Amino acid sequence: MPIILDKVSHIYGEDTAMAVKALDKISLVIPDGQFIGLIGHTGSGKSTLVQHLNGLMRATSGNIYFNGQDIDDSDFDKKMLRSKVGLVFQYPEHQLFETDVFSDVCFGPKNLGLSKKEIELRAYEALKLVGLEDEYFYQSPFDLSGGQKRRVAIAGVLAMKPEVLILDEPTAGLDPKGRDEILDQILKLKVETGITVLLVSHSMDDVAKYVDRIIVMSRGSILYDDIPKEVFKHYQELETIGLAAPQVTYIMKELRDHGYNVSDAITTIEEAKREIKDYFTKLAVMQRER
Amino acid sequence: MSLIKVRDLIYEYIRRDEEGNVEGITTAVDDVNLDIKQGDFVAILGHNGSGKSTLAKHLNAILYPTEGTVWVDGKDTKDETYVWDIRQTAGMVFQNPDNQIIGQVVEEDVGFGPENMGVPTQEIWERVEESLKAVGMYSFRKFSPNKLSGGQKQRVSIAGVIAMHPKCIVLDEPTAMLDPMGRKEVIRAVRALNDVEQITVILITHYMEEVIYADRVYVMDKGKVTLQGTPREVFSEVERLKELRLDVPQVTLLAHELAKEGFPMPKGVLTKQEFREALDRYRTERADKYANYFG
Amino acid sequence: MLRDITLGQYYQADSVIHRLDPRVKLGTTILFIISLFIFHGVWGYFVAALFLALVIKLSKVPFKFMVKGMKSIIFLLSITILFNLFLTPGDPLVQIWKFRITKEGVRLALLLAIRLAFLIIGSSVMTLTTTPNQLTDGLEKMLKPLNRIKVPVHEIAMMMSIALRFIPILMEETDKIMKAQLARCADFESGNLIKKAKSLVPLLVPLFISAFRRANDLAMAMEARCYRGGEHRTKMKPLHYHKRDYIAYAIVACYLVVGVAAGRLIPALLSHIAF
Repeated sequence: MPIILDKVSHIYGEDTAMAVKALDKISLVIPDGQFIGLIGHTGSGKSTLVQHLNGLMRATSGNIYFNGQDIDDSDFDKKMLRSKVGLVFQYPEHQLFETDVFSDVCFGPKNLGLSKKEIELRAYEALKLVGLEDEYFYQSPFDLSGGQKRRVAIAGVLAMKPEVLILDEPTAGLDPKGRDEILDQILKLKVETGITVLLVSHSMDDVAKYVDRIIVMSRGSILYDDIPKEVFKHYQELETIGLAAPQVTYIMKELRDHGYNVSDAITTIEEAKREIKDYFTKLAVMQRER
Repeated sequence: MSLIKVRDLIYEYIRRDEEGNVEGITTAVDDVNLDIKQGDFVAILGHNGSGKSTLAKHLNAILYPTEGTVWVDGKDTKDETYVWDIRQTAGMVFQNPDNQIIGQVVEEDVGFGPENMGVPTQEIWERVEESLKAVGMYSFRKFSPNKLSGGQKQRVSIAGVIAMHPKCIVLDEPTAMLDPMGRKEVIRAVRALNDVEQITVILITHYMEEVIYADRVYVMDKGKVTLQGTPREVFSEVERLKELRLDVPQVTLLAHELAKEGFPMPKGVLTKQEFREALDRYRTERADKYANYFG
Repeated sequence: MLRDITLGQYYQADSVIHRLDPRVKLGTTILFIISLFIFHGVWGYFVAALFLALVIKLSKVPFKFMVKGMKSIIFLLSITILFNLFLTPGDPLVQIWKFRITKEGVRLALLLAIRLAFLIIGSSVMTLTTTPNQLTDGLEKMLKPLNRIKVPVHEIAMMMSIALRFIPILMEETDKIMKAQLARCADFESGNLIKKAKSLVPLLVPLFISAFRRANDLAMAMEARCYRGGEHRTKMKPLHYHKRDYIAYAIVACYLVVGVAAGRLIPALLSHIAF
């Protein structure tokens, strides 16, 4: 189900002297099945934006349509929306509260008023999707490692069978190992279920490898919305708003600045390696011809 | 003489189940030896659960060795009479910026350490001013910590430690909860302290790009130091680091990948300039070769 | 946004009242409250009103902020007024059905309304001009003599100031956890009381865990910064009385004398002149 945003604005403390414009006329289409990276530094409005998508926050002006319906209509079922647009907050392990992992994951589907059998089936599926082994199912969530807790929390949202999964900084505070595991798992999940994924992050390096589309936010507006390669071409502008392209992009820039005829639209190590090899092959051919 | 000397350090803790019965013993730090000189910038790397934070807490007498000895400025941390001296000599900054700021105003928080040490009022003010200036937070001295960004809060925490005039500052993953801008701010402040004030820095982190400025890097895994050396030496071991599931800077990784393809790339490339220079040499070498061959 | 809430609603301004030693302000507030009960008659309250007006004028805090404090007790205020108005026996003034308003009732209701209003405004002047931190400092120093009878004054003050620092953080945390559970379709609103109480479990459990974790971290951070209780401790901002503080005490003393005198002497004088 696509989500369409039409000139959505959000102003904190409207009508007061301290009014802050967190979102400024955002228009956006999130079609089915995309893997999107939403990037911006702290305070750019990205967290505010995603809370609008599942109706936790209400736009000050503008409209949001889910499946063609305005989510602010009085007869719109917010609970249904929250189950269809699953939002995993930053440090989601802080929301765990049950005595064992399995019951905690059951919390979401239970709130949807499903049958006991369906609830348990969904919880089981969700835990499998995040790659948690059976041996942990009946342990206290508080005895797990940081990465495992986070998986449980993500499963807690997945168990509602959302069509769109939004993850706000899913790797914050994890070490590189935990980070790679979580991101790989999300990619796998995306491929297996075809779910739409919106990954909120301030790390370009994380995102470049995984997503099909990058939305860059700054001061409540969308600055760029394109495929990663195109977005990273603007690395200079990105720097001015406190973001950066992946390091390889800078390496290629360094080479270009010193007379290497290589592409600047490179975002992964694989691509860089290929480009440099190609460059030297071409060079050899040229030199031989001469 | 070493400022910090760690010999055969072992730290074990006993795991208990809900009834309090012993379930097992975990060795968090396993036979670690360290020698850190005054003025050094040392980085300790490792992923969560590698024992690096447990090791750090020994340097500040928050934890005591199960076996082995830790000396800070020549004082054995196990000797209770030295506890406050040691905590003053080796200040500590923790991961969560919110959970270590005590004062409700920035300057009051920085003054907290000196207050505890019994420093006279006039001197507290001098120390607070100089510490806040050292981390570039002086203009925020009247702010409530709640109004600061994560990076700014961590800089206030660092100022709070410097105000105690330590010889050494131990930072336990100070950037783990920050965004990239905050991380840069904090690392810049830490490097300045080391360069300008000659304060010994022990930086515990899992971010690789933060350790390339260190004089010495220790990599921990399962409680042991598995790799150590200069950043260049450590980053030469790309395969080993990958095994440990640690990040390697992209430039190092790219050089390593090219070397595998037969490019004459040196080991442990740390900057894009080094990378480009290595390629330059290769390009010239090849051009010369062709020139000789065909010319 | 929740972070901006400060307890007691301190109003930043540069005034004599703001600069006074917190002990003076605490003491004066207590004396002012007592004065409301010992002053007599219209003239006594007239003096109290003058005093209050003077302090408010000096504090440079807009009057509407003082009135804000009144809003929270308006319900309580109207109830007490109504009770006194209708239930005080004495000379009937008006009779409405079974209720009767007496002369004494009107007097008592008016008196209570004035006392309560003055009390609230008086204490909000203190909280508006004193930071919570200064208040804890002031309390610590004022209560220091209690140390002799083994009251851990320093520790209590430290606890208060830590609580003040963490209240906004925990409020924001509550907001975050609530939203996270709402995103899992939690329902905090519908159902009867028991169901509502039960629905708070997913909010309270994570909140308590977080509070304990923070407490643990903070304790470690304080120890690492050589905190070992109140002994051997110096103060960055020690409290010293200045000239203005002594003047303030003198003014308060005058106020008490004048107030008491006015309440008793002026009516006597007036009656003397009248006859």
